[in-house]
Amino acid sequence: MSDIKKFLYLNRKAPYGTIYALESLEVVLIGAAFEQDVSLAFVDDGVYQLVKGQDTSEIGMKNFSPTYNALGDYDVNKLYVEKESLEARGLTEDDLMPLTYEDEDDDWAEKPSIRVVSSAELADIMDEQDVVLAF
Amino acid sequence: MPIEVNGKTYETDEEGYLANLSEWTPEVGEAMAKEDGTELSDEHWEVINFLREYYDEYQIAPAVRVLTKAIGKKLGKEKGNSKYLYELFPYGPAKQACKYAGLPKPTGCV
Repeated sequence: MSDIKKFLYLNRKAPYGTIYALESLEVVLIGAAFEQDVSLAFVDDGVYQLVKGQDTSEIGMKNFSPTYNALGDYDVNKLYVEKESLEARGLTEDDLMPLTYEDEDDDWAEKPSIRVVSSAELADIMDEQDVVLAF
Repeated sequence: MPIEVNGKTYETDEEGYLANLSEWTPEVGEAMAKEDGTELSDEHWEVINFLREYYDEYQIAPAVRVLTKAIGKKLGKEKGNSKYLYELFPYGPAKQACKYAGLPKPTGCV
């Protein structure tokens, strides 16, 4: 009966300064209720969305980065980060929040949600999707 | 419609959710429930306090599916199901309990 589609949300922009990152995250959380196969990709300045230790106190905006930790609860556990985008910004995986999810099929073992992939690998992943939504 | 508790007025949005979440006190939650004709029991408070902790950690109010699963994990299986939660909060556990907890309406909740 249910027709599960593969959705990929592509995030290209820095978390603050525009509303794109927060809007994308909210759409992901809302869309999660429809139980589709959801993944997120972070490229270009979008990789900054996952950087740990964000502090927005000086810019008068809500720091919504803790919400990425909730994605696992929503069964969103495939977060692809483009390696080249990280490198171009002098970042490594250690600079990102250690996001995890609990694998229901593996006795609720805690597993990392973030997967750093090359640009070529990400292209293949995008190719497999039914729907790609860019923010 | 603003709500008055112990002589202090609290702003709410058009659906009765508290406008400023830092103003919340348990008495505000009690007063909101009373307006809906609900007397808050310890079981209600368990869920309300859980939601406040969840919000504090993740900066969102969880969707009802997520809430149900998380309650089951924290408070036991007999409480982590929709029947139990809807008996406590007949207007929808996420929606109604979030209101009494002083949180915004859950993301994606209509």
